[in-house]
Amino acid sequence: MMDNIVNKNALKRAKATNSFMTIFFYIIAGIFLFLLLTIFIYILYAGFHNFSLPLLAFNHSGIGNQLFNTIYLVVLALLFSTPVGMLAGIYMAEYAKPGKLLTILRMCIETLSSLPSIVVGLFGYLVFIVMTGMQWNLLAGALAVSILNLPLIASTTEDALRTLPIGYKQGSYGLGATKWQTIWHILLPAAIPQIMTGVILAAGRTLGEAAALMFTAGMSTDISWKSTDITSPTNPWNPIRSGETLALYIWGARTEALNMNAEQMANLSAAILLLLILVFNLSARLISKYLVNYSQGK
Amino acid sequence: MNNAYEFSVKDLGLYYGDFEALKHINMDIEKNTITALIGPSGCGKSTFLKTLNRMNDLVENIKVTGDIFLGEQNIYTDIDVITLRQKVGMVFQQPNPFPKSIYDNVAYGPRMQGITKKSVLDEIVEHSLRQAAIWDEVKGKLGKNALSMSGGQQQRLCIARTLATQPEVILMDEPTSALDPISTLKIEELALQLKEKYTIVIVTHNMQQASRISDKTAFFLLGELIEYNETSNLFTRPLQKKTEEYITGRFG
Repeated sequence: MMDNIVNKNALKRAKATNSFMTIFFYIIAGIFLFLLLTIFIYILYAGFHNFSLPLLAFNHSGIGNQLFNTIYLVVLALLFSTPVGMLAGIYMAEYAKPGKLLTILRMCIETLSSLPSIVVGLFGYLVFIVMTGMQWNLLAGALAVSILNLPLIASTTEDALRTLPIGYKQGSYGLGATKWQTIWHILLPAAIPQIMTGVILAAGRTLGEAAALMFTAGMSTDISWKSTDITSPTNPWNPIRSGETLALYIWGARTEALNMNAEQMANLSAAILLLLILVFNLSARLISKYLVNYSQGK
Repeated sequence: MNNAYEFSVKDLGLYYGDFEALKHINMDIEKNTITALIGPSGCGKSTFLKTLNRMNDLVENIKVTGDIFLGEQNIYTDIDVITLRQKVGMVFQQPNPFPKSIYDNVAYGPRMQGITKKSVLDEIVEHSLRQAAIWDEVKGKLGKNALSMSGGQQQRLCIARTLATQPEVILMDEPTSALDPISTLKIEELALQLKEKYTIVIVTHNMQQASRISDKTAFFLLGELIEYNETSNLFTRPLQKKTEEYITGRFG
């Protein structure tokens, strides 16, 4: 009876299609993996095959200063974007009433996150440089990059708060805690692992940012590590000084540099930048895994 | 107003949007008793429980009519919601300890009331855990994360956490429905001890549980309070036909 109903050919065909699709997706994945690995290995090889320590020196012949500028700029940018982004996320998750305003706000944030970074750079130039009458400086760069980071941090915070078990909030309200006490003492600590991931990913994005910094942080760097006066334009810790980052250095070295080993320096910068981003992303995973385990009592 | 009652509910109605979830409820709840609320799913018993500490305020589009008095105070006009919830604590269906240490879970309520002195907090934590009959199991490991405990322990911790705010009333919303039989028994024994000092209102699906621990039982159906009586009477000589049908298992 069953033999008459089940079409053996149809079954065969379904199985064949299934095998074909499985193989197909493996091939696609393989191609992507191959491309990524090739690029990764090429960059590392090009960067390090003629490596010598003086190339990392903290002066004009090395890229140490650019490396320092890159990390310092990321820190400055996070100092702005993390609190502001988190506040925006908290507002959207806990305070905003669902409705037109929230929809518009969300749309703005989405638009902001897909803004071309050169546009943000020119906006930053106009507002932080021209309107303030200052020279290129790290602070302006950090603020411009913050505009790019904000959406990511805000939406990660909102998602993190929204996905918490409803029992946390009920439990806290049930004990007579106020809304802010509940957010500050219960919800935020529980959401921190996820928010941290967003912040570190935002940092990773900042590391490779170039266009937004070109007209804000500037394309030159002149640091004296002997300087002890933080207001001096050559003091490394002065945020109101121009500071070229690694990504900008690569751009400069490959387009307008005149020195002999510019190509090699650019390659090395690219390799170091790649490793830096890798370290950031891996640590984001590790930290959030650790925090999740910790907060669940494992 | 008769202040011998813990709660006096006067002509309470509640709407979710257009849906009338509670209809003209009148009910007095006595002090130091256990009152069980029973009825089939969706009958309004949990909704009723949540109006007693205004947890329903968190739901959007809700409208409450009528009055509820805690002692002599109208809970909507005479008392602010924070104070109300400190006086009327709540234990939920799913044990919901915070992802913090056992100590911090119990100390949370008092801390939010502004108590910061370590010695005072230590005392409250120990006293509350003892009252919730879980002190002996956790005394050496108060710093451990509460989520590492078993479900039954978590629920008793949640009871301790509620006791720490020194409430008058404890509302329990099906507190044992997620627990195994042994943990259930412990919670029931605990409820019987706690009624010496507190008034307990418990929502339960389990009619044996209602008859085992409660003094009075209220039967809800489709948003109406059908029958409210001494537990022993309600289960042996129900006055309403619908009550009889429900407790004999003809629907539900």
